[in-house]
Amino acid sequence: MDFTVILQAGIASGTVLLFATIGELFSERAGVLNLGVEGMMLIGAMSAFSTTIATGNPWLGVLVAMLFAGLISQIHAFIVITLQADQVVSGLSLTFLGAGISLVLGEGLSKAGTVALLPDFSIPLLTLIPIIGKIFFTNQSILVYFGYLLVPLSWYYINRTRPGLHLRAVGEYPSAADALGINVFRMRYFYVFVGGMLAGLAGATISLAVSPGWFSELTTGGQGWIAIGLVIFAQWDPFRAAVGAYAFGALRRLILDIQGPLVLLGFANPFYYNPYLGFFLQMLPYLFTVVVLVIGSREAMRKRIGAPAALGNPYVRGERGK
Amino acid sequence: MAESRSIKQRTPLRIRVEPRLSEPPAWFPAVVSFSAILVALILGGILISFAGGDPIRSYIHIAKASFGDIGVLSDTIVKATPIILAALACSVAFRMKLWNIGAEGQFIMGAFGASAIVLAPVLPAETPRWIFIPVMMLAGMAAGALWGFIPGYLKAKFNVNEIISTLMLNYVAVAWVNFWIFGVWTEGGFQMSPKFPVAANLPRLTDFAKTFPIFRGLTTHLGLVIGIVAAIILWFIIFRSRWGYEIRLIGDNPQAARYAGIDITKNVIWVMMLSGALAGLGGMSEVTGVVHRLQTAPLAAGYGFTGIIVAWLAKLNPLVIIVASVLFGALILAGREIQPSGVPKMIQGIILVCLIASDFLLRYRIVIERGEE
Repeated sequence: MDFTVILQAGIASGTVLLFATIGELFSERAGVLNLGVEGMMLIGAMSAFSTTIATGNPWLGVLVAMLFAGLISQIHAFIVITLQADQVVSGLSLTFLGAGISLVLGEGLSKAGTVALLPDFSIPLLTLIPIIGKIFFTNQSILVYFGYLLVPLSWYYINRTRPGLHLRAVGEYPSAADALGINVFRMRYFYVFVGGMLAGLAGATISLAVSPGWFSELTTGGQGWIAIGLVIFAQWDPFRAAVGAYAFGALRRLILDIQGPLVLLGFANPFYYNPYLGFFLQMLPYLFTVVVLVIGSREAMRKRIGAPAALGNPYVRGERGK
Repeated sequence: MAESRSIKQRTPLRIRVEPRLSEPPAWFPAVVSFSAILVALILGGILISFAGGDPIRSYIHIAKASFGDIGVLSDTIVKATPIILAALACSVAFRMKLWNIGAEGQFIMGAFGASAIVLAPVLPAETPRWIFIPVMMLAGMAAGALWGFIPGYLKAKFNVNEIISTLMLNYVAVAWVNFWIFGVWTEGGFQMSPKFPVAANLPRLTDFAKTFPIFRGLTTHLGLVIGIVAAIILWFIIFRSRWGYEIRLIGDNPQAARYAGIDITKNVIWVMMLSGALAGLGGMSEVTGVVHRLQTAPLAAGYGFTGIIVAWLAKLNPLVIIVASVLFGALILAGREIQPSGVPKMIQGIILVCLIASDFLLRYRIVIERGEE
């Protein structure tokens, strides 16, 4: 088994988690918890794939995926920002809704065959770097490279720009932000939309690049939920989100690839000869998410940093203490 | 000035939203929920016609295929039974604002625990039914409670977000059961265990067809009674016991609960275990009442998730859950034959969205008044 090949594929598969995690990070930084990531990713994966089948243009597929998922996210935004309902329940309902709509509209799509996919390419010169060049810069999808750009840009936007300052203010202390003339409601709608678009992009990354096709709910297989867990692990920081996302991507690939070879590290591969042991491998990403949550939560308790202060609370003008 | 007056004249009616200062009348929440479902069905119909279906025919079909005659009504109740127990599980946790969305996994683990009694085997196949069933109930509840204990403990000790941990454990539960039915208890290499002995099955109405011919072919099983009894017991726990009072107080006002000296940490763990045990009982009822063997596909069919919606629709009231579960049982039963096949799931999602949005009407009044201030 060549580990650079596994890591190379792991980066691609981690890009899915990266987009979803960064998207949720923006939404939560603005104070809105959106548990509908899984649903929005399904919408994205389904609409990207079906648009590409219909038009033959994968870029249009990506665009439609982002817009459709962004649109769906606005249902959640309306319910929790304007109607001030509980964010947990509303987000859950968005997951049901997204899954249901994508199943209905994606009916028969799984038999549609192959489509034009987004291009893969290597970056000249950078591929020559030993190991790293092979893992990060060789034959990756264009979306993977976009992921590399998104991480530092998000960090810079949140921490070093004026709109980023407003974003943090809205999530930490909305009444102060409101007093400064920032439109808290509009900002929250906008960042929920950003989160939705990135979740849609994550879905499109699955169906047009990482594992092309539409396999109903198995397309995402709980990655939207892992992304929400990763935001907590990441302590709402894009760079930590990237570390978590790529590590999980590599783990997912490793689980797929470890069951193939006859010999593993010089021993007879137990997963090849006893395929039912593979079910324990399947558990790993989910168990690791729980472990990662424990690490993230303990660290947050120790360092006394944590979620944006207003996360989960509706903002009501004129109400004290919010 | 003149301009603003002309606008007022053009819009003689003004709509204003204000917070409710007093409780709305008792019938009001029911009417709001009912209207929300109606709106959801209309929206669902629009989406069905977008997807190339015929909404009216779909809905008529759902009604006929679930309440049309006593046979399908019985099937509806069979579908409702696991939902009752899963929704009870969700309701008790939600009451404390503990977002246990792992009823699905606890349900599957409950089925696993109950099946282990037969498959391990803990009890020999000749065991009489009156021993088999209580032991399997206990095993199912214990396995479900264990699956609730893990996220409860992590929440209490490390403040681990229970939404994510319960959800992750759903996937782990499915893989765990798959390992056992594929690797250990497989029937001829298929991903299922052998059939249980008859004494390990919950009695069904059709089993009494000799004495009461009208019951012939009706598959409603003892799980329904288990579900109703569980709902009544839970109602007493929540509304008539000291523990229930603590749970409600923590949910409504954790600060006040802490001042009152209630141990929140301990309650988080116990309530998660109670929740898991109820879901586990649901899994036991399903595996012994319907499936009659351990097999993941029919058990991991989303009852735990439907339970979330039903619990919310019933406003977490255990007795209302029974009625709401029958409605959703009907939707799932009839939905199996509807094209496109995602329709029941989509309608469930739309219903939940509309229900949550409609809660606004319970907290705010919409006042329509004349233009003059």
